[in-house]
Amino acid sequence: MNELLGHFNYWIVIFLMMMGLYMVIASSNLIKKLIGISVFQASVFILYITFGKITEGSPPIIRDNVDVYSNPLPHVLILTAIVVGVATTSVGLALIVRIKEAYGSTDEDDIHDMDDNDDFHIKNNRSIT
Amino acid sequence: MIISFLSDICLLLGGFFTLTGALGLLRFPNFYSRLHAASVTESLAAPLLITGVILDTGLTLDSAKLVLIILIMVIANPTITHALCRAAAHGGVNPEMRLKSSEKKQSQTDTELSSKESK
Amino acid sequence: MIGNLHLIIDVCLLAFLVLIVFAVMKVTNLFVATMLFGIFSFVTALLFLDLDAVDVAFTEAAVGAGFSTVLMLAALRLSGAVENAKHRHSALGLFIVVLTGAALIYGTSDFPNMGDANAPVQLHLAPEFIQLTQEKIDIPNVVTAVLASFRGYDTFGETVVIFSAGVAVLLLLGMGHVEPKNEPEQNMVLWVVVKPFIALILIFGLYVQFHGDFGAGGGFQAGVIFASGMILYSLVFGEGYARKVISSRILPRLAALGVLIYGVTGLASLLWDKPFLDYNALSSNPVSGQHMGILLVEAGVGLAVFATVLLIFYSFSGVNHNE
Repeated sequence: MNELLGHFNYWIVIFLMMMGLYMVIASSNLIKKLIGISVFQASVFILYITFGKITEGSPPIIRDNVDVYSNPLPHVLILTAIVVGVATTSVGLALIVRIKEAYGSTDEDDIHDMDDNDDFHIKNNRSIT
Repeated sequence: MIISFLSDICLLLGGFFTLTGALGLLRFPNFYSRLHAASVTESLAAPLLITGVILDTGLTLDSAKLVLIILIMVIANPTITHALCRAAAHGGVNPEMRLKSSEKKQSQTDTELSSKESK
Repeated sequence: MIGNLHLIIDVCLLAFLVLIVFAVMKVTNLFVATMLFGIFSFVTALLFLDLDAVDVAFTEAAVGAGFSTVLMLAALRLSGAVENAKHRHSALGLFIVVLTGAALIYGTSDFPNMGDANAPVQLHLAPEFIQLTQEKIDIPNVVTAVLASFRGYDTFGETVVIFSAGVAVLLLLGMGHVEPKNEPEQNMVLWVVVKPFIALILIFGLYVQFHGDFGAGGGFQAGVIFASGMILYSLVFGEGYARKVISSRILPRLAALGVLIYGVTGLASLLWDKPFLDYNALSSNPVSGQHMGILLVEAGVGLAVFATVLLIFYSFSGVNHNE
């Protein structure tokens, strides 16, 4: 029972991770795959923050009459990770927009078929400013 | 203490209205009535919950910030509901103005019964 | 009792998360999946708050539930089909996932219990950093102290990462050119309410930026909140007018300026024979040198994040206007 209470957080997080991974493997739509990657990322964040939690602790902001602070180091790591995650998500979404323009579809099977037949054309008339 | 009792009442009422808002969101038949039910959460339940917390905290800087949050929430959230309704109307969701056929029969029998009773 | 309350909230929020991910998997309408994912990010932020991670909850709410959802909706609008996600069941995928999950769960049998104060991870560096923050930097928010000063290199790398994501999106999509509409849609309620709100949002962004030393906050959250104010303006009044307020030409330069501020603050320490990013060199008193260094560095991060987030939004909103 003690083991269950102490570990269920990890098990549920691993279950979420695996659902995200299954979404990446099994869905054929590119945007759903991206959502699966983001779900995977978010569950890894929850895992790390769970490591840093101390029972009866308080957030790591130094105040009077508090003796136990939760571990601040996972917070720092995950702050960086969240921002990097949103950066990669935005690049992924930009790629999806360009793929849709070139292939006309965001479905992975259709894209593979068109790739095999060399049936796409990439426009390149973007201005950067 | 009477303030702590008031705070408990506010928190309980806030929780109750959140529950009724969520129930309405699930059970009402079309989009506009659902939105009307859900707006209870933002304009009644959330300010009640925050008022409960303010009464519990007393007069500190934190409670002043909470008062500001209530102000902002009461102004912003109904605007958001309005924007949602407007977007739905723009997108073609029609509010149902007439009863459906099965409800029509029920209301006809109701009016017949009530007219028989009045005779 | 307090410990149990945290546990109950924890269990409820995790159950919500599992239900939401099930729903995201089942649903074929991509619009519904995106909104469910926004709710997922928001519940994750609540979970972080329950696990005492206030800075992380702030960032996840601003970035995940706010900006990421807006970006996905913009990408959905541009990629057209919203109903198209077919179901595809993959037996091999299910087998791999179950196998990996089982292996990972077997691996967690060695983990210490959640919340254990004597776990190895809590014993070595964390008390030392909390102690050092009080002695050498003297600001209440330990996470900001570690992020900006003790682990300043990593934050520099992170700023460069988000800057390069902006560069990548710029190369992929370009910013386009959007003219202001002559007769913008009259929407009295939204216009009247949103105008003072944008002012409030921008002031709040500044507050979060400079208050990051004393409470939850810092450069990243402030940059995203600032950009959200401008995105709100663009959504209500039209992209053309938003581009007149902050022109698309200046945004890449602002982003580069943010990264440059960070780098120059680090280089300034080299002038006084101290290592790169050692803020003790910035003033005669080391503690006020640290304060100055953290202020400058967070300002650089806030500027870079604001400019990059707004740049990415402009790129997505300017796609169909390229010809």
